[in-house]
Amino acid sequence: MPRRPRVALFVTCLVDTLFPDVGKATVAVLERLGCEVVFPVKQTCCGQAHINTGYHRDAVGLVRKFVTTFEDFDAIVAPSGSCIGSIRHQHSMIAEKAGDGGLAARARAVGTRAFELSEYLVDQLGVTDVGAAYPHTVAYHPTCHSLRALGVGERPLALLRSVRGLQLIELPNGDQCCGFGGTFAVKNADTSVAMLTDKMTDVLSTGAEVCAASDSSCLMHIGGGLSRLQAGVRTVHLAEILAATEDAAP
Amino acid sequence: MTAREATLARIRAAIGDAPSVPAIPRDYRVRGDLEAGAAASLFAQRAAEYRAAVHHTGLDGVPALIATILASAGDTRAVVPTGLPADWLAEVPSSVLVYTDDGGMTTEDLDAVDVVVTGCAVAIAETGTVVLDGAPDQGRRVITLLPDHHICVVSVDRIVATVPEGLHRLDPTRPLTMISGPSATSDIELTRVEGVHGPRNLDVIIATAG
Amino acid sequence: MSDTPAPTAPIHAPAGVGMLRGARTFPEAARQALGDPQLRHNLGHATATIREKRANVVAEVADWAELRNAGEAIKSATMATLDEQLIRLEHQVTAAGGVVHWASDADSANEIVARLVRETGSREVVKVKSMATQEIGLNDALAQAGIDAYETDLAELIVQLGGDLPSHILVPAIHRNRAEIRNLFLRAIPDIDPGLTDDPRALAAAARRHLRQRFLAAKVAVSGANFAVAETGTLCVVESEGNGRMCLTLPDTLITVMGIEKVVPSWRDLEVFLQLLPRSSTGERMNPYTSLWTGAHRGDGPRAVHLVLLDNGRTSVLADQVGRDALNCIRCSACLNVCPVYQRTGGHAYGSVYPGPIGAILSPQLTGIEHNASLPYASTLCGACYDVCPVKIDIPSILVHLRAQDVEVKRARRDVPTPESVAMAAAAWTMTDDRRWSRAQRSSRLARLVGRRRDKARGLIRSLPGPLAAWTVARDAPRPPAQTFREWWARERSSDGQRR
Repeated sequence: MPRRPRVALFVTCLVDTLFPDVGKATVAVLERLGCEVVFPVKQTCCGQAHINTGYHRDAVGLVRKFVTTFEDFDAIVAPSGSCIGSIRHQHSMIAEKAGDGGLAARARAVGTRAFELSEYLVDQLGVTDVGAAYPHTVAYHPTCHSLRALGVGERPLALLRSVRGLQLIELPNGDQCCGFGGTFAVKNADTSVAMLTDKMTDVLSTGAEVCAASDSSCLMHIGGGLSRLQAGVRTVHLAEILAATEDAAP
Repeated sequence: MTAREATLARIRAAIGDAPSVPAIPRDYRVRGDLEAGAAASLFAQRAAEYRAAVHHTGLDGVPALIATILASAGDTRAVVPTGLPADWLAEVPSSVLVYTDDGGMTTEDLDAVDVVVTGCAVAIAETGTVVLDGAPDQGRRVITLLPDHHICVVSVDRIVATVPEGLHRLDPTRPLTMISGPSATSDIELTRVEGVHGPRNLDVIIATAG
Repeated sequence: MSDTPAPTAPIHAPAGVGMLRGARTFPEAARQALGDPQLRHNLGHATATIREKRANVVAEVADWAELRNAGEAIKSATMATLDEQLIRLEHQVTAAGGVVHWASDADSANEIVARLVRETGSREVVKVKSMATQEIGLNDALAQAGIDAYETDLAELIVQLGGDLPSHILVPAIHRNRAEIRNLFLRAIPDIDPGLTDDPRALAAAARRHLRQRFLAAKVAVSGANFAVAETGTLCVVESEGNGRMCLTLPDTLITVMGIEKVVPSWRDLEVFLQLLPRSSTGERMNPYTSLWTGAHRGDGPRAVHLVLLDNGRTSVLADQVGRDALNCIRCSACLNVCPVYQRTGGHAYGSVYPGPIGAILSPQLTGIEHNASLPYASTLCGACYDVCPVKIDIPSILVHLRAQDVEVKRARRDVPTPESVAMAAAAWTMTDDRRWSRAQRSSRLARLVGRRRDKARGLIRSLPGPLAAWTVARDAPRPPAQTFREWWARERSSDGQRR
């Protein structure tokens, strides 16, 4: 019998601190599918916020920390398209810039083994039906980095379509950015809010109970706006939907 | 140091001693897989989509067709280049004044003309484009610019499928004008409307030999 | 005593001339634009229209990916051999009877053009829409030299008549709708039919009548160039209306001002760009008119043909190994039309003739980052621009690169520490060590402590202090959990992943 796939969970600093339920859900889905999930406790943050705000020197230590923590694992999974995007596409650049070619090579190698959750489930495990049940109407926001930096394409939708009881409603203009953009939300707050307003209008137009995505940062932004409007639409991470079962529907 | 020398020096300093020059991957489509007939019908369809009026005839039908188009447009003054096949105008009634431009017509003369009749160097099917190269059957550029109506005769053997095939047939040292439909603009709300400074009406006659 | 820079030192576009620097930062200018609902509506409508057209004509090209790869490679190869290409171009243009001039910056290019116009004895020029001449502020420079410059592209005419500024690369008047344009024409064009409607056809016809005599009488034209072929000396202008053909054909003298990066090595290269550009730009299979000329053609068109090769900061862009890809731009403006930021703020917020994502990487490099420091941050890094770019410029990566440059420049100038740089350094220090990080998580419970106004019933934070206040203007902050993930894991699982 083949060995159970062993997966290192990179939970991301945001999920760790503010959205632990997303991390727990990720663990639940992976374990249900027979994976052995490991949480390397030395992990902290991928450094994406530093890198995208221009603090490349400050990010070097974070890249080194990530690479050192995760390089011994065959598969690394995170419930975030943007963190995986940074790991795959930016870490080696940061190391090169710091003149550390060795670290850059190690970062590139780790990057090839780091997967966003839907990528891992569909491509590595070959699963679209994860045995979930979620009797709600859901509009899915694909998020920019999952869509474009990673090219996850239809994978999250394929997973959602296999969830029992779930009714997927197409989100108009789904490929448009929600306006989060990390420090953009603060540096260009007015533009960010204008984008958020349009995104919320599109979400509300679907009449869905739930707006889902696979990045907690975008969900924090969209959810913060919907909450302020008291719109009655919940934001839920893809992992939480996939973790829900008939026994334990949230 | 001249501005030329200074600019070149700055460029060399910027790119360094051993810049890496990538190879150009040219695995895009160069030739279309269309037979001559299919290319002609694709050209007709694409030119029509950009509001050119497209007509089909045999070569011997060109004179009658030109006369018909002139009559229905109500054109009374025409200009042609010196090398236009003479028989193409054989059926134009004498009430239509035909000027042959040998380079001597002024812009005012040309501005007073209703219509120009030319051949073309190449036509590109996929984009619905005709290309003029100033050959004797096409004339200098201004004659196809000032009249408000252009009748362009495209012999089927001049039609190619793709842009690369079209450019390959052209001589870059000649004055070239690529024309895809009548003059147009998208400057108001990015909505395309036909008819600004160039000819507002373009008739394309696709002429089959024999 | 001032040091004269070495001739090989990079030079930026000079200040005080042209249109590359805004008076306000991007967030300040954006705030004003966002408050204009008519502008939002005009931009939303226009960009949605063009996005759909582009998507349709790109989808029908089976080899689009291959064409993009070729376009990218041709441009990169050009930049790597730019000195050679320009020398070849100069040789061929000269051999074909043209005259080539070199201009290190905007002032020098403006002087050359003004002198060439004066030498013809004419006091006016007609102009083909050109980004390079907008960039260097040629119209103002000619006005100071007593020469009137008339824009002939419909959108440029709308901008010029309104005393307005361009806001889009392809459609500089994209911020105006048909009703506004009608009112402008009624006000600004003499002898206009007072019954003019706002039908775009009628407006185009009005422009035709207005400019006709101007074209017929013009002695001198000024154009830009979309491409210049080094191998043959051929210049290329891509347009729609026929105003370009008028300017390129009718006058005796033609002066073309072209950025040095517009050269392409071979005739064959045009077969790539004449497919990529129209489909990306106006969303057409081919634009109505493309003119190609090589020097002066005997008996056909202008007898005196000049080419002004403009640097104006381009060599300093070329010197940046990451940022230089911005020079590969063919000015299609597809990145503007898909940009969620541009769609909402419009082009004026960028303060430069080059707006949108490409402007956010090009303007700061042309001027030096310190003159356009807010532009690299005017993006969420959503990547839509990179997806549509016909020459595959990785705009998001260059934005990130320029942000780092901005941080380094500020560090060198000792503008740091700022609250942001302190926060970033502190966060990095904390998060390079997992024990420090978990202590920080525990001790702060982050937002719990900083939340000043809380919606107790729903456990939401309605107001954050300091720079984070911008977050809670329109969004609630999430309720911090009682337990972090790692605390949960430590309690629930042993270190080998087994349940306790």
